[in-house]
Amino acid sequence: MNIHEYQAKALLKEYGAPVAAGVPIMTEADVDAAIDALPGPLYVVKSQIHAGGRGKGKFKELPEDAKGGVRLAFNPDEVRSHVKEMLGNTLVTKQTGPAGKQVNRLYLEDGADIDRELYLSVLVDRETGLVSFVASTEGGMDIEAVAEETPELIETIGIDPEAGCTPADVAKLVSAFKIDGDAAKDAETLFPLLYNAFVEKDMSLLEVNPLIVMTDGHLRVLDAKMSFDGNAEFRHPELAELRDLSEEDAKEIEASKFDLAYIALDGDIGCMVNGAGLAMATMDIIKLYGAEPANFLDVGGGATVEKVTAAFKIITSDPQVKGILVNIFGGIMRCDVIAEGVVTAVKDVGLKVPLVVRLEGTKVEEGKKIINESGLDVVAADDLDDAAQKIVKAVKG
Amino acid sequence: MSILIDRDTKILVQGLTGKTGSFHTEQALAYYGTQMVGGTHPKKGGEDWASSNGESLPIFSTVAEGKERTGANASVVYVPPAGAAGAILEAIEAEIPLIICITEGVPVMDMVKVKAKLEKSNSRLIGPNCPGILTPEQCKIGIMPGSIFKKGSVGVVSRSGTLTYEAVFQTSNAGLGQTTAVGIGGDPVKGTEFIDMLEMFLADDETESIIMIGEIGGLAEEEAAQFIADEAKKGRSKPMAGFIAGRTAPPGRTMGHAGAVISGGKGGAEDKIDAMEAAGIKVSPSPAKLGETLLAALGK
Repeated sequence: MNIHEYQAKALLKEYGAPVAAGVPIMTEADVDAAIDALPGPLYVVKSQIHAGGRGKGKFKELPEDAKGGVRLAFNPDEVRSHVKEMLGNTLVTKQTGPAGKQVNRLYLEDGADIDRELYLSVLVDRETGLVSFVASTEGGMDIEAVAEETPELIETIGIDPEAGCTPADVAKLVSAFKIDGDAAKDAETLFPLLYNAFVEKDMSLLEVNPLIVMTDGHLRVLDAKMSFDGNAEFRHPELAELRDLSEEDAKEIEASKFDLAYIALDGDIGCMVNGAGLAMATMDIIKLYGAEPANFLDVGGGATVEKVTAAFKIITSDPQVKGILVNIFGGIMRCDVIAEGVVTAVKDVGLKVPLVVRLEGTKVEEGKKIINESGLDVVAADDLDDAAQKIVKAVKG
Repeated sequence: MSILIDRDTKILVQGLTGKTGSFHTEQALAYYGTQMVGGTHPKKGGEDWASSNGESLPIFSTVAEGKERTGANASVVYVPPAGAAGAILEAIEAEIPLIICITEGVPVMDMVKVKAKLEKSNSRLIGPNCPGILTPEQCKIGIMPGSIFKKGSVGVVSRSGTLTYEAVFQTSNAGLGQTTAVGIGGDPVKGTEFIDMLEMFLADDETESIIMIGEIGGLAEEEAAQFIADEAKKGRSKPMAGFIAGRTAPPGRTMGHAGAVISGGKGGAEDKIDAMEAAGIKVSPSPAKLGETLLAALGK
């Protein structure tokens, strides 16, 4: 789960991190109170969407030369006019895709006098299995570009989970950032608290880009991007309220209610598969035969008839879907449960597009029997190859 | 020969009394007499577990006690996500040599802690979020369907459960059969990576060829390919086929498996395929042609 910058900063502030004063703006009516709450005269108006590249982003509804998704304002009137232009419009950044994202929330922040911009992130390094800091002197830039062009300017520092973020780790980070004086002093508390926040809140990514050294010599978290480990949701009820459903695909929200791993894509062949690997491979083979998948959907190992029915309804609710491929290799998942779910769903919502079903593994004969005796217009497939060819042919003709 | 498990492996079940643990323990008992020797439950020690057809197993309060009383040398974890890491840690403390965690959805931070303990121990962990291990006609640990296996010569290692089944099914149909199939799991932080399994398959005399199935996310496939290339220079190699799932996956989205995500420009399918091809592994473009691709690698 991702959260907005203003939410991430509020969370870090609870841990004692230095962040600027700021106020979220949900409607134009919030603007005056937000301006009054900040000292001025410099303000920053920041679009709150779950995507990066906001500063360089462009609003679809505004002329090409209009300013981007993060704007400076030098007086309250400027703040008001920026808010008017930004709120409700669609911001396109290199991370949103061409469709862009509607800006439903803004964040008004006190401006900062920046001396240097640094890059810091905390993540779980898969290769070492350690929570690690990624540090670079090249802040405020696209870190992927830095990694590509000047990898020597990026340092990764792994933290021993039993010791936590020690003074020795802080010293390594201070050296990587080439900071001293007050900034180095601030680092002694900031880096351990970022580590603790990361671990205690079960984050999967905490990115501070940039972390700034201000002209007064102190550190400040200028931007914050935060996402959380979905597997740990059960122990963080406090984070659930930070979820912004308007940032998510309606079908994905519906799927998450049934604990289904579903991702909406742009193609026209709907897929229902068991297992993440096989679900990806099913997308791949559809593409191999010249068509595009409409979704990724893993019904999981322990799916019930109810869950399978829900999955099938989500797929058929997508108007782009021109054919459906059900591909099941039963291990934990039993083919008869899948078959029953599909039959129930089709009886409920009808079937307006071709359906190809491939069943293999646990209780395959029972599953095939349920499909055959249902009287539904289902194309049976012998194996994965056969199934992919049949559905692509049915859709493409 | 086989790797990791054979007919002498004695297995304790952590989470035996739950629905999943019970179901798969019955399946294992029915698979060529796999030696399931008992289960653990903190409050049900001293009781017996009974299968639907009347078989029974003793339940112990702790893994240490279970190991002591049964001589178990492996444990399988079916404990739900919130308690799975605790169960693994208990098995590490009890010095169980081989721990297989089937549980899906273990918090990553829990695995970071487990991994730190694991590295200072003598235990090997397979998983979590994996289908387990199966040596045909000898021993089945986990949830793989035994019916698709056939005793033979192919070693299978995979990050995905259901794609393991595809590889097994296709190599059975191709008449090759398997020595052992290992699912190492789809999580970003896990007990065992490809390299250790490839080393074991290279060292195993009965394993004549290997199928390796990876997916997007991380660099484990690239590292495994480097290992295969390095070993080949030393004159150690076996014909290999591979597959990488997720060529069509969009960057930044986690594809079901917690570990299957292309992030920061790393972990894409094409890089992995290139690395594997460069190491001499024949990578199948289709998940339906794993058997065929391996036969081609074997020159058949």
